[in-house]
Amino acid sequence: MIEGIIVQTLVRGSVYALLALGFALIFGVARVLQLSHTAFYMLAAFGLFALTDAAFLGGIPFISNPAVAIFLSILVTTGIGLAVYKLFIDRVREHHVTVMLITLAVAMAFSEIMLIIFSGQYRSAPAFISGYWEVLGVKVAYQHILVFVGAGVVLIIIWALLTKTRLGIAIRATAQDTEIANLMGINVSTILFTVMGIAAALAAITGVLVAPTLVLEPRMLWPPFIIVMAIITLGGLGSIKGSVIGAFILAFVEVLVVFLLPQGAFLQGACALLVMVIVLIFRPEGLFGIVFEEERL
Amino acid sequence: MLTRFFRDFRGDVVAIPGRLIALIFFVLLFLIPAFTQQPYILRILIFTNMFVIFAVSWDFISGYTGQMNFGHALFFGVAAYVTAMLNRGAPLGPHWPIGVTIPLGALAAVVAGVIMCLPALRLRGPYLALVTLAFPLILLGIIFANTQFTGGELGISGIDRISDSRTVDYYISVVVMIVSVFIMWKLTDAKSSLVRTGIIMHAIREDEIAARASGINTIRYKLFAFAVGGFFAGIAGAMYAHFMRIAGPSSLDLTLSFQAIIWTVFGGIVSIYGAVVGTYILYPLTESLRFISEYRMLIFAVIVIVILLFMPEGIAVWIRDKIERECPRCKLTNVSWRHQCRACSADLY
Repeated sequence: MIEGIIVQTLVRGSVYALLALGFALIFGVARVLQLSHTAFYMLAAFGLFALTDAAFLGGIPFISNPAVAIFLSILVTTGIGLAVYKLFIDRVREHHVTVMLITLAVAMAFSEIMLIIFSGQYRSAPAFISGYWEVLGVKVAYQHILVFVGAGVVLIIIWALLTKTRLGIAIRATAQDTEIANLMGINVSTILFTVMGIAAALAAITGVLVAPTLVLEPRMLWPPFIIVMAIITLGGLGSIKGSVIGAFILAFVEVLVVFLLPQGAFLQGACALLVMVIVLIFRPEGLFGIVFEEERL
Repeated sequence: MLTRFFRDFRGDVVAIPGRLIALIFFVLLFLIPAFTQQPYILRILIFTNMFVIFAVSWDFISGYTGQMNFGHALFFGVAAYVTAMLNRGAPLGPHWPIGVTIPLGALAAVVAGVIMCLPALRLRGPYLALVTLAFPLILLGIIFANTQFTGGELGISGIDRISDSRTVDYYISVVVMIVSVFIMWKLTDAKSSLVRTGIIMHAIREDEIAARASGINTIRYKLFAFAVGGFFAGIAGAMYAHFMRIAGPSSLDLTLSFQAIIWTVFGGIVSIYGAVVGTYILYPLTESLRFISEYRMLIFAVIVIVILLFMPEGIAVWIRDKIERECPRCKLTNVSWRHQCRACSADLY
C-alpha cells in the first residue's frame, strides 16, 4: 500500500509538475494567467492519437512512426501556442481580466473544435512500450516509468536553461522586473514570445507523454486545469521551485485520499483544493511566493 | 411635488441617453407578454432575468471592490441546494412553502459568502481568484460523496413551482430582477448622497492601502460586499431551483462561475448595466443557437474573443462612450452630439 502510494505520487506528481512549470513560467514573466495552458496538453495528446490512429492520419507511412508523430505533435502544438499568444494575448496584455477571459474562451474553443473533429468518443493512443516492471511488489507499467523519467529529464533541461544560459538569465531578469530588464537592453517582447513557446512545448510534451496512459476525450483539459491552478497558487505564483514542490504535494494528497478514503475518487480534487486553501490562509503568498512588504495587508 | 418629480425625471433620466435606454428597456420587458405568450420565449427570458441578477451580483463583489471571485457559482449552488432541501422536506424536517425557502436559501448564500470571505481578507489578486475557485469544487466533492442527502449526480428533484402560470413566473422574475439590480446600482453609486458604500467600494478597488489609511475599515466593507453579492446571487439560485424544479450539481459548476464573469466583462465590468447588457445579449444568443448545438459553444467562444479583442472595456461601456460625454467643468453627463453642456454651457470639445 505505501509502495503503491509512493509510486503513484511520483508518476502523477511529475505530470502535474510539468504542466504547472509552464504555467508558472508564463505567470512569472508575463504576469498573466494563461488559462488555455491545459488546452495545449489536450491538443498534443490528440495530435499523437490522430497521427498514429489508422482512422485519421495513421495510414501515411512516414509520419505514423511513433517518434515522428511525437515530434510533429509537439511542434504543431507549440506553433499553435505561439499563434494564440501573438493573435490574442499580446494585444490585450495590460488588461488582466481580459487576458484570463480570452484565454479561457480559447481553451473552450479548442475543446469544442476537437469535439467536432473527433466527436465525444473515448479514445486511446498506443503505448510506446508495453509491459510492466515490478518494483517493491508494485506493478509499474513501463509507460508510467517513461512519464516519470521523461518529466525528470525535461525538468533538468528547463532548470539548466534558466540558470546556465544567457536566455535563462534574461527570462529571470524579465520575471523580476520587466521595466528594468527592458532598460538593460533585454528585448522583453521577444522574451515573452520565447517563454510562451517554451510553456506551450512543455504542455505538449506532457500531453504526448501521458496520452497512452489516459482516456482521450475533448473535455480532458478541465480536470488538470483546476489542479494546475491550485498547484501554482500553493507553490507561490511564478515560482518555479514552488510549482514543482506544490505538484508533488498535491499529487500526494490526491493519491492518499484515493487510497485511504471510501468515496475517495470523488473527494480527491476537493481534498487537494482544501489543502491549498488551508496553506493560503496561513501563508497568503503561497509556499515559495514573494510578497513585497508594502503589498501585505 | 408632481412638477418636481417631473423635473427630476426630465433632468436625470430623459437627458441622459443611457438611462433613457434603460427605462425604455425595462418598460419593454413588462410589455413582452402582451406580444407573445410562447412558453419557449418566456422561458428563455425568465432564465435571462435570473442570470442577470447572478451576473450583476458578481459585478457587485468583483467589479466594484476588485476582489476577483472565480467561484461565484458557490452562492448560486448553495442557495439552490438549501432551497431544494427545505422545500422537499422528507428526510430533513417539514415541507416549507416557497415564500420561506427562497429567502432562507438566499441567507444560506450569505453565510457561504461570509465563509468564503475569510481567506479573502488576507489574499489578493490571482491568489484570491484561485482560492474562490476552489470553494464550489470542494462543495461539489462533498455533494458527490454524500449521495443520500444530495442525490449526487441527479440532484434533488420534485420541488414546487414558483407559480402555475408561465406569464406569472415571467412577471415575478422581471420584478425581482429590476428591484435587485436597482438596489445594487444604488449601493454602488459613487455619487450618491444617501449611502457611502459606492465610493468606499471604488476606493477599495483603486487602492486598498490608501483606503485603510483614510480610516475606512476595509475588512467590514469587503464582508459587506460578499454578503450582499452572495444574497442576490442566492436569490437567483433559489429562484432557478424552483423554476427548474431541480437542484443539481450543475448549479455549482465551474462553467457557471465563468459564465457570470464572461457575461459581465462582455458587457463592461464595474458598471451594473454592463452585466445586464452582457447577459441579455449572450444568454438568449447561446440559447437560440441550440439548433446548431455542435457549434454553439464554439460560436460563443469566438464572439467573446472578438468582442474582448476589439472592445476590452466591454460592449456597453463602448456604446456609452459613444453616446454620452461628461462635461469637463461640472461633471454632468451630456448627450455626445451636444456642443455645449446643458447646465453650465461649457464647451464640450
